[in-house]
Amino acid sequence: MAKHVVAPVADVPPGAHLRVEAGGVPVAIFNLDGEFFGLLDRCPHMGGNLSEGIVIGLVESQKPGCYAYSRAGEIVRCPWHGWEFDIRTGQSRFDPSRWKARSIEVDVEDAQELQAETIDVAQEGDYIVVHL
Amino acid sequence: MTIETIQKPETAAPAKQALAIADCDIHPSPKSVEKEVFPFLSKHWQEYYNTYGTLLRQPYQNGPAYPKGQPDAARRDAYVPDGGKPGTDLAFMQKQHLDPYNVQLGVLNPLKSGQGLQNPDFAGALCSAVNDWQIAEWTSKDARLKGSVCLPYEDAALSVKEIEKRAGDPNFIQSFMLIRTADPMGNRRYWPIYEAAAEAGLPLAVHAFGFGGASITGSGWPSYYIEDMVGHSQSAQNVVASMVLEGVFERSPKLKLVIVEAGFAWAPSLAWRLDRIWAQNRLELPHVTRPPSEIMREHVWYTTQPFEEPDRRGHLKDTFEWIGWDRLLFATDYPHWDFDDPSRIPLPPADEATRNAFYLQNARDLYGV
Repeated sequence: MAKHVVAPVADVPPGAHLRVEAGGVPVAIFNLDGEFFGLLDRCPHMGGNLSEGIVIGLVESQKPGCYAYSRAGEIVRCPWHGWEFDIRTGQSRFDPSRWKARSIEVDVEDAQELQAETIDVAQEGDYIVVHL
Repeated sequence: MTIETIQKPETAAPAKQALAIADCDIHPSPKSVEKEVFPFLSKHWQEYYNTYGTLLRQPYQNGPAYPKGQPDAARRDAYVPDGGKPGTDLAFMQKQHLDPYNVQLGVLNPLKSGQGLQNPDFAGALCSAVNDWQIAEWTSKDARLKGSVCLPYEDAALSVKEIEKRAGDPNFIQSFMLIRTADPMGNRRYWPIYEAAAEAGLPLAVHAFGFGGASITGSGWPSYYIEDMVGHSQSAQNVVASMVLEGVFERSPKLKLVIVEAGFAWAPSLAWRLDRIWAQNRLELPHVTRPPSEIMREHVWYTTQPFEEPDRRGHLKDTFEWIGWDRLLFATDYPHWDFDDPSRIPLPPADEATRNAFYLQNARDLYGV
């Protein structure tokens, strides 16, 4: 597994998402209230870039006419065919056991620690790191 | 551990594949009707457009009868970087679609022309202007692109005039109607259109949607967009049944019908039903001298987007074989949200020549380009 420093944390504020490339792999990075998640930026259906999708909440219905809304901002909707994926797990909403966007490990590291590993980072503060 | 520092990603690119394709359903739109289409519209109709607008023959006059899966029915990544609407900029279409997908032949199907307008003369003038606009903004600038002759089809005489005007013009490779007409498409008031199209050698493409004014199902207006979407295959079946049973293809034996964006897997079951009922009712339809399935196989082509995606691919293989691999045409529907990626559709297994024909040669053969 390699470590890829992809962006300063400030580039992806809470609620935002960003397309980056890590070792040639396109990754959509999401910030959910300070927690970072990564999904392969290609929908498993036809390949739309999830980073171009909108982020919505989870709408569920126990029976016709009854709706429950939860988990605002935690579901990404593909910009092409509208398939919905759980940002935390990559699981699709319509068939979670069969269809999944690939989850990619993302975390945040401090510039000083990175510099200690002799990585050339441009500024002070935290960086988003993708593990692939 | 390998470590890599920040890279600036390129703009999102489609999956790599070099297979040459024909895209038989591309939707261009004007950046501005006033700037791009008005030059081809008389002063009279410009003022009419500005005064009365383009109300369609349908209820829900403030917009489409149903919502769309995404805004502007478009892929969210298809907006032009300068903020323009999807499908309005040739350079961006080349960069995002035509070049990376290796589109060798792109068939333009403008959805906003004069089709569906209630004023017949205005419909005719606007269709004709949009046809001129296809040449000015698209086909004259990129030789891969070919236009569709938009017809004001509720008026057969005006439509025939437009077909005759465009016949032999290499900018156009088909004539173009929408699937939801005011009367069933085999109705004899449309026959002059079919005769003229056959005479001009312009296959008749019939695209999903339309503004006939009747409800989109036989039992009224359903509640949801999904029902609008699935309704296109029902409308297409009405088109095929009506044209076959009214004797359109007996009267215009050179007519080629292309069903666009309305599915295709329904064709075998429709043909089985038609054949069965036809055999039992020869007295009613003596002018239909052959089984309907035979007429369909000879006269009907289908674009495949939105592709059928059954769990078992074998089902699709049977469907392809029944319809005929040579009758299916690849299309993406760019820039619309239900875009099909040529490398990602679950195409049934076939030898290379058959696959290549499906992706490109069938369209070249049909259109003669």
